[in-house]
Amino acid sequence: MSAVKTPLWQRALTHGILILVTLVTLYPVLLVIGISLRPGDQLYSTSLRLIPEGASFHSYYVILFQKPFLLWLKNSLIVSLSVTLIGVALAATSGYAFSRYRFPGHRISLTSFLLTQMFPATMLLLPLYLLLQKVHLLNSLWGLMVVYVTTALPFCVWTMKGYYDSIPRDLEEAALIDGLGPLGAFLRIVLPLSLPALTITALFSFMAAWSEFIVARVILTKADLFTLPLGLEALAGTFQTEWANYAAGSILVSIPVVILFLLLNRFLVSGLTLGGVKG
Amino acid sequence: MNRRSVPLAYALVLPSILVMLAVVAYPFLYNFRIAFSNMSLRHFRNPEFIGLANFVELFSSSALYVVLLKTVIWTGVNVLAHVSLGVGLAVVLNRPIRGQWLYRALLIIPWAIPQYISALTWRGMFNYEYGAVNLWLMKFGLPQVAWLSNAHAAFAAAIITNIWLGFPFMMVIALGGLQSIPHELYEVASIDGANWWNRLRHVTLPLLKPVLVPAVVLGTIWTFNNLNVIWLVTDGGKPADKSHILVTYVYKAAFTLYRYGYAAAFSLVIFLILLVFVVFYMRLSRGTESVY
Repeated sequence: MSAVKTPLWQRALTHGILILVTLVTLYPVLLVIGISLRPGDQLYSTSLRLIPEGASFHSYYVILFQKPFLLWLKNSLIVSLSVTLIGVALAATSGYAFSRYRFPGHRISLTSFLLTQMFPATMLLLPLYLLLQKVHLLNSLWGLMVVYVTTALPFCVWTMKGYYDSIPRDLEEAALIDGLGPLGAFLRIVLPLSLPALTITALFSFMAAWSEFIVARVILTKADLFTLPLGLEALAGTFQTEWANYAAGSILVSIPVVILFLLLNRFLVSGLTLGGVKG
Repeated sequence: MNRRSVPLAYALVLPSILVMLAVVAYPFLYNFRIAFSNMSLRHFRNPEFIGLANFVELFSSSALYVVLLKTVIWTGVNVLAHVSLGVGLAVVLNRPIRGQWLYRALLIIPWAIPQYISALTWRGMFNYEYGAVNLWLMKFGLPQVAWLSNAHAAFAAAIITNIWLGFPFMMVIALGGLQSIPHELYEVASIDGANWWNRLRHVTLPLLKPVLVPAVVLGTIWTFNNLNVIWLVTDGGKPADKSHILVTYVYKAAFTLYRYGYAAAFSLVIFLILLVFVVFYMRLSRGTESVY
């Protein structure tokens, strides 16, 4: 680093600001953890203590074994994992074609992908809902999956394209000379190098499905098809009685995604911005 | 590249395009048809073509303008806060400081938590009697606020929530942009006698622009169309439908009031407003591109 050392007061100020911001940022999270540990007799607590007196894991027991949490989890996992798989496969292949080839329809497809990001949710949801209703296909996880794939896809295609653009073409040309076909060059040379962007794509597709509430609320009305967001919202709706159970459930739902984000922290920066930096 | 490979290119894009056509293009066109009809719960099987009646109703009621104004405020305040907080934190975090990775990891958490959970949690925190926000206000001797039953306060509550959950995205983008700025540029600037403000204005911000412009466009679109946060924090536009933005207003018209034709027309108008804005903004930012 630079030879001049930053003065102590400056470093102290920087840490001071960062610690304050971090505390404010994390407060709601700590609060929910605290609420999830409340014993049953403190539901109407006005205490600001983060760890309540007589903390217990009772709410976790209730949510796991006395509520249909595991059923919601199963539904959510089926939907989210399928969406991730399909989303990554579609974005990885079409992003590559958009990056490397110029074909009739190239520009218009890319632009219309961007356009779809501007559709208000209701503009597609309403026709889809009416169509599904007419063919009696409401209340199916399949319907939900298809909708989710398309919400995350445009962004993922753009991310993949931007990343492929930053990989030199010489690599593929060398591979072609070595006797690989164009498909082989893509699958064996370029794809493995695109791990950061693939990771981002997978993460975003998963998140889109794992945390979506509005579409699910319209398409699924049968309680045994509920995904986690629908289930948890129902708990939060009855604020007074279920607040601690809701808190425990939301901690359980958030932990895996937060861990994923922290593990993929490094990829997040390079995968999201490389395309932009290269222009 | 290789011309013979064009069939391969089509094979690679076709699946995505087919999916998009089926699930996006077809409903989009169908939405047009509904927008010009009187489809509702009563006229569900036998909707009639009613021309521009939905649009006339929409443009002649004051709802559109009031809600549009709120949407503009909502989007403007949120995006401005996201960008300034995100870039500010990124600049601070980009210095060589101890524990940088820890701050970065912790500050990213609001983004990682599913949006509906953040929104529902903040709704709980804004509860009049038991919510943490009012308890803290009381502790500092400030008056309590009826966050969820006063229209302005409910709107503010939703904005606070959305600022909280949105700044980490901009921070990550800005950090990525900052890391691609060569360190020598700052050294040269320092030698030339530039202070930190000049370095920020003439080195950091211009070089961040290429990553920030697409992020701001996306951020604006996402915020403008964000249904989750408003709907969940204000419990569907409460009190008395006074805290709606455009999308939540339409969502309610469609799925609570079952006014399908009207909602379809309204959706179309929202899309056009956003389209005009984005095209305008892209032109504007391209016009200044010659700066670097």
